Amino acid sequence: MRLNLRVWRQKNGDAEGAMATYRVDGISPDMSFLEMLDTLNEELILRGEDPVAFDHDCREGICGACSLVINGDAHGPERTTSCQLHMRSFRDGDTIDVEPWRAAAFPVVKDLVVDRSAFDRIIQAGGYVSVPTGSAPEAHATPVPKADADHAFEHAECIGCGACVAACPNGSAMLFTSAKVNHLGVLPQGAPERESRVLDMVAQMDAEGFGGCTLTGECATACPKGIPLPSIAAMNKEWLRARRKAGRS
Amino acid sequence: MALATKSGRNTARPPAAAPTRGFWASTIGKKTVMAASGLIMLAYLVAHVTGNLKVFFGPEEFNGYGHWLRVMGAPVLHHQWGLWIARIVLLTAVVAHAVSAYQLSRRDIKARPTAYVHRRKGASYATRTMRWGGVVLGLFIVWHVLDLTTGTVHAGGFEEGRPYQNVIDTFSTWYGNVIYIVAMLAVGLHVRHGFWSAAQTLGIGNARRERALTFLANALALVLTAGFIAVPVGVMTGVVS
Ligand code: HEM
Ligand code: SF4
Ligand code: FES
Repeated sequence: MRLNLRVWRQKNGDAEGAMATYRVDGISPDMSFLEMLDTLNEELILRGEDPVAFDHDCREGICGACSLVINGDAHGPERTTSCQLHMRSFRDGDTIDVEPWRAAAFPVVKDLVVDRSAFDRIIQAGGYVSVPTGSAPEAHATPVPKADADHAFEHAECIGCGACVAACPNGSAMLFTSAKVNHLGVLPQGAPERESRVLDMVAQMDAEGFGGCTLTGECATACPKGIPLPSIAAMNKEWLRARRKAGRS
Repeated sequence: MALATKSGRNTARPPAAAPTRGFWASTIGKKTVMAASGLIMLAYLVAHVTGNLKVFFGPEEFNGYGHWLRVMGAPVLHHQWGLWIARIVLLTAVVAHAVSAYQLSRRDIKARPTAYVHRRKGASYATRTMRWGGVVLGLFIVWHVLDLTTGTVHAGGFEEGRPYQNVIDTFSTWYGNVIYIVAMLAVGLHVRHGFWSAAQTLGIGNARRERALTFLANALALVLTAGFIAVPVGVMTGVVS
């Protein structure tokens, strides 16, 4: 396959950026999107040019590092991560636009790499459970109903990639935050911190400069792990419940 | 987990503001105010459209309804008290709704400062027009009160206590019809996304209720728009005269 690429190039966070056009040749439809970018970078290096910086790690759809907006869609046209997107999703001769995640809370570091440490701070604010260490707990001491376990698992799938924020016209992190709130909120292990978790995570999310939710649903459409939109309503419910409880105590 | 990319001064960028658990400071708190005030206005609109349709039963019935609004709640409430309570609640709702909408919109625009070069089709029309539609509705509410409540900008001789004639005056001008019909289409779009959205904000929405809520949102939007527009159409076609 032969492709025209238009890629966002930006030297660093303070520099101006612009789309640069490249031609790549000899792309196999079986290559992943990242392998296609590797091919481009090999050529750039041979030509003595600066290779395109992009985030990647596992390349198997589980780490959430590969943050690319491809033709305006976070992670491109398929519901998967950029690393699991294959070139067979494109046609020979296509022009493909590649841009970084866009949100005030995710500043560009270089080219396609953005700083997602805001997500880490949201998790630090309450996305954890406190457990006593030392002796291992008895496996059957805390039974979890099947439906709750399924709900928790569905939300534990979030890989923190940030596609939800990138897709949201308000740069909102509600879907990401709701994934962790839903995941831990239904489990008995998460019960002791149930109220403080949602209040503190939402407070941190707001402090990071993410936008609010207007229920456009772009986040859930972009999410490679299928975290559903109703999870946001469930988090709103948790937040209102925690506020009521905080008001009483 | 998300990557905190180590690169010079961008490392571990501090958060933009100190976190707070306050209700009004929170995006969810503001959104709750917007949803609650929106639902109050929505409930009012349902009552309002029902009352308006009485115009099809002639001047006595319509003017009688207008009079009842002033003695609503009697004998417990004094003359016009019921009406004034409703007006104060509505004014509070409009202000709370507009202030929360404005503050959240400002924040949302700031949170996404750079647009993508490759543009794609966005959310549904109703979703995308919430902000401008809301502004149109706000302007309409001002015009509407000045036209049919106070009579300040009314076409023809405004007569208090004779709403039937006043309504016919307004809908006998082309601009009265245009402003009104455009605003009622805006109401339909706003309610369509707004009602469903309010359910999600208040935590009532979930996957099981999804279809029922969407249906209710569409039904409310359709009934309100069609019901309100029936009045100017009635005047234009001479059914109401
Ligand atoms: C002063 C004029 C108005 C303005 C500026 C305004 C603006 C807005 C905005 C920006 C939203 C957020 C939409 C979103 O979720 O993206 C909204 C939501 C809403 N509006 Fe309005 N609106 C106005 C009048 C009305 C009226 C007259 C009604 C009554 C039918 C109404 C009902 C609603 C409802 C129910 C919501 C949903 C709240 C939520 O998202 O949780 N609005 N409005
Ligand atoms: S909710 Fe989905 S899109 Fe958002 S960070 Fe998690 S996996 Fe990525
Ligand atoms: S590189 Fe790990 S999910 Fe794509």
